[in-house]
Amino acid sequence: MTRQRTPVVADWFSGEGENFRLLGTRCSACGSVFFPREDSYCRNPGCAGGELAEVPLSKRGRVWSYTDGRYRPPAPYASDPEQEWEPYTLVAVELEAERMVVLGQAVPGVTPGQLAVGTEVEVVPGVLNEDADTTWTTWHWKPVNGR
Amino acid sequence: MDDLALEAGERAMSARDVAVLGAAMHPWGKWGRGFVEYGVKAARDALADAGVDWRDVGSIVGADTVRGGYPGYVSGATFAKALGWQGARVTSVYAACASGAQAVQTARTQILAGLADVVLVVGADAAPKGFFRPAGGDRPDDPDWLRFRVLGATNPAYFGLYARRRMAVHGDTLADFAQVKVKNAAMGALNPYARYRKTVTTEEVAASAVVADPLRLLDICATSDGAAALVLSSVDFARRHGAPDPVRIRAVSTVTPEYPQTVLDLPDIATDSAAVAAPPARPFRAAIAHAAYEEAGIGPDELSLAEVYDLSTALELQWYEDLALCGEGEAAKLLRDGATALGGRVPVNASGGLASFGEAVPAQAIAQVCELTWQLRGTAGARQVPGARVGITANQGLFGHGSSVIAVR
Ligand SMILES: [Zn+2]
Repeated sequence: MTRQRTPVVADWFSGEGENFRLLGTRCSACGSVFFPREDSYCRNPGCAGGELAEVPLSKRGRVWSYTDGRYRPPAPYASDPEQEWEPYTLVAVELEAERMVVLGQAVPGVTPGQLAVGTEVEVVPGVLNEDADTTWTTWHWKPVNGR
Repeated sequence: MDDLALEAGERAMSARDVAVLGAAMHPWGKWGRGFVEYGVKAARDALADAGVDWRDVGSIVGADTVRGGYPGYVSGATFAKALGWQGARVTSVYAACASGAQAVQTARTQILAGLADVVLVVGADAAPKGFFRPAGGDRPDDPDWLRFRVLGATNPAYFGLYARRRMAVHGDTLADFAQVKVKNAAMGALNPYARYRKTVTTEEVAASAVVADPLRLLDICATSDGAAALVLSSVDFARRHGAPDPVRIRAVSTVTPEYPQTVLDLPDIATDSAAVAAPPARPFRAAIAHAAYEEAGIGPDELSLAEVYDLSTALELQWYEDLALCGEGEAAKLLRDGATALGGRVPVNASGGLASFGEAVPAQAIAQVCELTWQLRGTAGARQVPGARVGITANQGLFGHGSSVIAVR
């Protein structure tokens, strides 16, 4: 039995391998970029509103800050209570072109000790969790010159 | 009455002042009972403190809790019924951690509009164990649900991000963060309403478990049961009621952020983009305080004390800068100099803060105003800030709710 690979949220990212990108939207009237995507309205108060078109975000950025989760988060975060909790690292990444900060989990195995504010990272496909018939996919941040 | 003296007195007041006639709390803790019981105790004690009969209150405003089921969503009516229906105007408000400020603001605007002479404000909560969690169900259109589902990002995770950022940008140290806890615990030990009334050492902070790197258990505030209530009135009513010189609320800031919001904020997964629209002159927290200072016509150098939302030790330091108690990046120095401890230039969280209380969400912003009231009255006992004349509270509710109150005497 193979599990179906399904994005944890539809249309937030796409592509395989090198072509993997986070997906935002851009307003045709003012050029503002949104992530998570806005598909119904532009949130720039100085904009009368335009068409919102899908746009891939920059692949690389620099660490704005980072932390980890030493305790199991509550639902709806999926984790098996029977298994010992494995801390993971959470990274906030500044994208230069978009001038925005985007959160994400680091690729498994990266610890806070391996990161610093300013470290260059890139977005890569990852797996959030698996259940009986689904592999839930997500994005991860990976140090570019990963140790 | 000497008209000239009255006129001189009037000048010291603002036409937009409202009087704090009564202030009270139910002690914070984990009491295992319902939020209504806590709220009723705080309300009755606030009415007694004010010397006002509940039946003479023209309006009641409840700060809602999302943890008490339907009665929590309509807390104004819930408290009114528990105190005994008497036909008052009723309002229930919700703005996450800023709910209490919204309740105070609602009461104040009713008084200033002449819709009510006396308003009772009540907030109470019975908190869950462990991390705050989102409402149930499968709700991918809710940012609060998404941050847990997609990232497992608890509140402490955000506090960890802010703390690391301060360490990298401003050179704050783990010892600085621990010192905030030590300071607040020392003041909380003097407060009979605080949940934690033990002094804490830097060694104890350092020995507590890491929750979200670099923050430890004792860097992060707990969740508590608790309740706070205020009786607010017009200054005229206070004078007629025999309170010629009451503590007065001079400003209440309940502003939203400005677009683009460039500081990563709970529960967001990303900031707004500043590529097209320029970032606002002040980041959100600083803008909350600025709006309060502007409305009061009071500057940070006039403050006797401040009560800020120390959800984490590092976040308290951030507030020093956002309240303009010091310049950007200078908060740790202000702390190290002792300026924010009891006896310092501007004590911060003389109540003990969230570090000593733990958060009872809808009650907390009201409790901050209770502390200002007692300090400005000069009745804060062993934790009294000598000669306190002006105080500010500051806090921020999830989803973009500013909360800051300036009180004077
Ligand atoms: Zn637009």
